Amino acid sequence: MTQRLPIGGRVDRTRTLRFTFDGVAMTGYQGDTLASALLANEVRIVGRSVDLGRPRGVFGIGSEEPNALVRVGDDPMLTATTVELYDGLAASGLAGKGRLDPGFADDARYDKAYLHCDVLVVGGGPAGLAAALAASESGARVILLDEQPELGGSLLGARERLDGRPAMDWVAAAEARLSGVQVFTRTTAVGYYDHNYVVAVERRTDHLADRPAHISRQRLWHFRAGRVILATGAHERSIAFPGNDRPGVMLASAARAYVNRYAVRPGTRAVVFTCADSAFAAGDDLRAAGVEIATIVDARRGETVTRTVAGPDGALAGVEIGGRIVECDLLAVCGGWNPTVHLFSQSQGRLRYDQNIHAFVPHLSAQAEQSVGACRGTYGTAACIEEGYAAGGSAGNFRIPVSDARHEQPPAALWTSGAQEEAFVDLQRDVTVADVARSIGAGMRSVEHVKRYTTAGTGADQGKTSGPGTVGVMSALLGADPGAVGTTTYRPPYVPISIALLAGRERGILSDPIRVTSMHASHVARGAVFEDVGQWKRPWYFPLDGESMDDAVLRECAAARTAVAAMDASTLGKIDIRGADVGVFLDRIYTNMYSTLAVGACRYGVMCTADGMVFDDGVTTRLAEERYLMTTTTGNAAAVLDWLEEWHQTEWPELDVSFVSVTDHWATVAVVGPRSRELVTSLGVPGDMPFMTYREVGLGGVAARVYRISFSGELAWELNVPWAYGRTLWETVLERGAVPYGTETMHVLRAEKGFPIVGQETDGTVTPQDLGMSWAVSKRKPDYVGKRSHARPDAMRADRKRLIGLFSAERLAEGAQLVTAAGMVGHVTSSYHSAALDRPFALALSRDAHGPMEAVWDTRRVPVEIVSSVFYDPENLVRDGSPSTWPVSHEGDWLLDRPVSALDAYRDRFAVAGADAVVRAREIPLAIMRETHGADPGEDAMRLGPEWWIGPAGDVDVSGQRTIVELTGPRARDVLITGCALDLDPRVFGVGAYVQTMLGRAQVILRRVDDDAYHVYVRSSFAGYLAEWLLDALAEWSHT
Amino acid sequence: MRHPDFLWRNPSPKSAYDVVIVGGGGHGLATAYYLARNHGITNVAILEKGWLAGGNMARNTTIIRSNYLWDESAAIYEHSLKLWEGLSAELDYDLMFSQRGVLNLAHNLPDVREGRRRASANQQNGIDAEWLDADEVKKFCPILNTSPHVRYPVLGATLQRRAGIAKHDHVAWGYARAADALGVDLIQGCEVTGFEIDGGRVTAVRTSQGRIAAGTVALAAAGHTSVLADKAGIRLPLQSHPLQALVSELLDPVLDCVVMSGAVHVYVSQAHKGELVMGAGIDAYNSYGQRGSFNVIERQMGAALELFPIFSRVRVVRTWAGIVDVAPDASPIIGPTPVEGLYINAGWGTGGFKATPGSGWVYADTIANQRAHPLAEPFSLDRFTTGALIDEHGAAAVAH
Ligand SMILES: Cc1cc2nc3c(=O)[nH]c(=O)nc-3n(C[C@H](O)[C@H](O)[C@H](O)COP(=O)(O)OP(=O)(O)OC[C@H]3O[C@@H](n4cnc5c(N)ncnc54)[C@H](O)[C@@H]3O)c2cc1C
Repeated sequence: MTQRLPIGGRVDRTRTLRFTFDGVAMTGYQGDTLASALLANEVRIVGRSVDLGRPRGVFGIGSEEPNALVRVGDDPMLTATTVELYDGLAASGLAGKGRLDPGFADDARYDKAYLHCDVLVVGGGPAGLAAALAASESGARVILLDEQPELGGSLLGARERLDGRPAMDWVAAAEARLSGVQVFTRTTAVGYYDHNYVVAVERRTDHLADRPAHISRQRLWHFRAGRVILATGAHERSIAFPGNDRPGVMLASAARAYVNRYAVRPGTRAVVFTCADSAFAAGDDLRAAGVEIATIVDARRGETVTRTVAGPDGALAGVEIGGRIVECDLLAVCGGWNPTVHLFSQSQGRLRYDQNIHAFVPHLSAQAEQSVGACRGTYGTAACIEEGYAAGGSAGNFRIPVSDARHEQPPAALWTSGAQEEAFVDLQRDVTVADVARSIGAGMRSVEHVKRYTTAGTGADQGKTSGPGTVGVMSALLGADPGAVGTTTYRPPYVPISIALLAGRERGILSDPIRVTSMHASHVARGAVFEDVGQWKRPWYFPLDGESMDDAVLRECAAARTAVAAMDASTLGKIDIRGADVGVFLDRIYTNMYSTLAVGACRYGVMCTADGMVFDDGVTTRLAEERYLMTTTTGNAAAVLDWLEEWHQTEWPELDVSFVSVTDHWATVAVVGPRSRELVTSLGVPGDMPFMTYREVGLGGVAARVYRISFSGELAWELNVPWAYGRTLWETVLERGAVPYGTETMHVLRAEKGFPIVGQETDGTVTPQDLGMSWAVSKRKPDYVGKRSHARPDAMRADRKRLIGLFSAERLAEGAQLVTAAGMVGHVTSSYHSAALDRPFALALSRDAHGPMEAVWDTRRVPVEIVSSVFYDPENLVRDGSPSTWPVSHEGDWLLDRPVSALDAYRDRFAVAGADAVVRAREIPLAIMRETHGADPGEDAMRLGPEWWIGPAGDVDVSGQRTIVELTGPRARDVLITGCALDLDPRVFGVGAYVQTMLGRAQVILRRVDDDAYHVYVRSSFAGYLAEWLLDALAEWSHT
Repeated sequence: MRHPDFLWRNPSPKSAYDVVIVGGGGHGLATAYYLARNHGITNVAILEKGWLAGGNMARNTTIIRSNYLWDESAAIYEHSLKLWEGLSAELDYDLMFSQRGVLNLAHNLPDVREGRRRASANQQNGIDAEWLDADEVKKFCPILNTSPHVRYPVLGATLQRRAGIAKHDHVAWGYARAADALGVDLIQGCEVTGFEIDGGRVTAVRTSQGRIAAGTVALAAAGHTSVLADKAGIRLPLQSHPLQALVSELLDPVLDCVVMSGAVHVYVSQAHKGELVMGAGIDAYNSYGQRGSFNVIERQMGAALELFPIFSRVRVVRTWAGIVDVAPDASPIIGPTPVEGLYINAGWGTGGFKATPGSGWVYADTIANQRAHPLAEPFSLDRFTTGALIDEHGAAAVAH
């Protein structure tokens, strides 16, 4: 550690840290960055440049660093200047590129959080600190961010005195006075979006040698601010001259900060090359630290450095000044300062070029934003503090300290000096003045073109030190004002952020919510193989021990066709629709008629998009004169509800109709097969229910809904009970002899009947008529969505593709094209082996075709024969079963007495998660919940939207639709803010407040029931997801 | 790679041209080039409101493939892919066209059906296409997580080996240089603000640099087409959306093919320099502001990580958005308009980079012969009246 000064700096010499660089063991101190420790260890060459392979060393001090790229542990690419040293750190230098290990699995945690405030101050230097202090005095909610581990900004690296005392004393005093300000250090604002939405990364454990596994390594903060004060400082810029990239060439301010802040001499003999006064202070401080100052070259006096010379290792050995070589191992360069306007520009603020400081400065703000201090081109600590106080809003209460810094003369503009070759404007991307000159010679005038032609400014450093330099060089070459050249667009993120951080918790099972039905645990226990249908996990088939999928499906099909089988049909969308105009509304939404449906009757319906193509289908039942229950396909449930709301709200607001989703409220068991009547009557279902009717029935003591509808052609019943009873009903049905079947068997059975599946037989280009369902398209109705399109020439074409059936000697691949001598005529949409027919069969969409037809896929060509698309029981002889075997109902001889909550499986895990003292989760027992559209039903109902309520009283029973989790403890809010984007500050979200929002990726109603207690109402099918999410969020607090 | 020493002149606009092309993106530039090269029409100006090819051309993720479902689409995209295959040589510019193969992953049973269907249709249309099962996918792209235990396991994929990527700027500049050399005027910083229409025929455009008379006006304005057409009294069935993309820091080679996943909305390739280039689906709302919502990026990175766990600590260095013009059937609109002499080429939405040569070719032919090129015929504006839509949502779910 030969370049370490014996005293001074902000490092802790009592805490020696061991680390390795390129395999060599070294030591540093607590408070070092990797860069300062490397300099202390006289490591001058950190890596190589990306294209030219030139040696490169530490050039800057912070996130502007273009050169010192390192791999640290598992992080493929970081800058040494932003890595805080810790004991055991292992780093290696890079040649401009990172390398990924194929087997790498990241086990670190990453998360996100959301906060709101009145004033967000970005930057904890003198201007930002003053702004935060002043803003806090007014009682505003203030958040202050800084990327460094401690506040102070540029003062951390200066020797300046304020009011005769070290400037950091002023910082400490100001910090001590911050009351009610939330201060985030090690936190970098990376994106500034519309509506004062600022995204920042907090590095929570990266600086620790032992990183607690239960705390997220990094957290992505999302701030919403009433007002944003940017105090992001300025970046010093370099000057382009040949060899300005050699290790040993450094920004003057960086050289200064290394001696002052880290007590490290970045060289022994220095030349200072500048066109601004700030470098003189650097010279003073270097000299004070024992660095010999060979000379100070001030371009304003007509002198310049025209090139550097290298020693044997390629590092700096000297510089050329006016034709003579001056030996040195440090060249401190200052080409002036660029206000850090990145966030300002991201916010859509407009810049202007300031001819006094030769830099782009904020001009017009686009949002409630203000830039203060160096980031708006203000020089001098006292002036920055003054601006900060004023922006904070209570300037009158504060005294401006007096600085001992010398008064600065205006800088000169100096972009280049010496030859163009090897004079770098972008160190990270190896771009020289010569490259910029070539681009201009090629005809380029736009800075964006030059950036792309040369790659200047496209590095991971986002061109912090190179961007304005490129503009300056361009303006010099074009003889234009830099203001006319302009800048490239500043794009988020301000500093690179990892993909894992952007993903946050959304990895593995939390990457997308898993939705399950109330029977799910039974399915798992039974060894079901699941299919992903949207977010749902649905049983695909139920293999017995060692059974193949084909065998299982044949067995399941046979059971449904010859005995009795059961399927979990709970995932189908269910929408309770009420109002005086429901009939009229449904007549317009569906292609067929609903207003004429008798109460208690069910009807299959098709709905189309405006272009006449099939959008969804399902059975809709008239529950009462002014009440229908619509079912939708599983995948389209949410889309259909949106569709209904959209047509109602935008086109037909005059209709009296309202919609309540009850998908999760009802658990549905389809009982299917010639022997199903015996089974359902044994449960209490009236066996004489006619086909396509509905009854409310008591099943095992629970109010249930029974529909006699069939998607298989067999005698079938759909039994609906509230969520909590679904699992018991399912188990009971299976106990009484039904064979469980999954979606594959359902698909085979319906295909045997020629029933299309939306999304399988349809693809957005298929009309109901194409499916042979003209019978479901009313000719009598004045209008329905899609009607006009059904009359368009293309919809009337005679040669449209239609649904057909196919036989072939072997099973076809779904998706296979159908080919005749005339070419492609259609494709196979569904293909199975039928247990009932004992042969393969398929459905297809095809044009009328003549001559032999083949199905082709991969290298296969299989002849097919066109047949009717109804393969099984075309006369519908079996759907009513056999009348002679109608047993009587056995209502009352069994009980659905075991309600099971959606969170049953989580009770124990909740019990051990969290810590009693700080935060704890538990499930709240089932409660009566009813949803109402219309007047307030009273009884403390929560208002979910205009004339939309949920509470213990009201219209539609939705008690099973949601499950409630209670979160208690002083840290409950800290857990919630990691997944809820709304403002949960107690001053805003008081006790009793509630809101519909998202928690993680689940839609919830969040209610604050007490100071430290919240209820989270979540859709029952999402409850498992939410529980997993909460357990992950609680991990931070369960550690003892 | 070293760019040529000379690319283009920077001329002032003349007062009149035979053909004025509005929009200097890839499609405008290719159109100008083919007008001059194939049809000898060189009194042509491209009017570009900003810097040349600074719109979607500068922002796209450069995926090139032709494995579209319907015959009409397959024909025009395959025509384009064939042109790509000879384009570096023709333009004498290294376009870094790399036929490294594009995988379209299937994560659920409908995806599998759709993938097989498309592969089979492609083969019938003479387009190379393969269906890979999960093991074959793993072999083709070993860093992809094909474990059955992820949230949405990979069940298979279509592979088009002739598909790949190119360098967008090189393509734009290659066309620009060639068009400039043939006499086309590339006018930058020249925004078209209106049209002069006389007796149903367009006669001139009004621009930020004054009036410019034109025999024919050809729109190639991508995300802003509907705004422009509105100024000519034409209402188009187009919606403009932000579409975002991002790049990582430079990495040693780690991914040598293109991976796209419609189901989880992400796609990834590694560009020649080493950065990972990724994109997502469109931002849901309509906008002309060339920036998107941050949450879309966050979601997309979650999806990327499920597919590529080893990307965990790779850092994103830059995010951006373009404005894409999407038609109801996710297919382009090419051809004449109700205004005589005014032509339209738009609606390429999220996937028009790959079409650049083919689109320019058929558009130039359409303009030169004042009738739709046969490959463009199905993509006429009146398909929205007749209903003869070419619905490529399946192919375009994540549509690049
Ligand atoms: C993030 C993103 C990723 C994409 N990825 C892919 C991909 O991987 N593969 C793929 O095939 N496609 C992709 N695309 C789509 C592709 O970029 C576009 O379809 C294609 O570039 C559009 O054609 P263009 O190049 O002519 O458009 P543009 O480059 O947008 O050109 C239109 C030009 O018109 C100009 N203009 C507009 N209005 C006026 C006016 N009034 N006066 C003068 N000029 C005007 C604009 O400034 C612009 O330069 C992507 C798009 C985006 C945004």
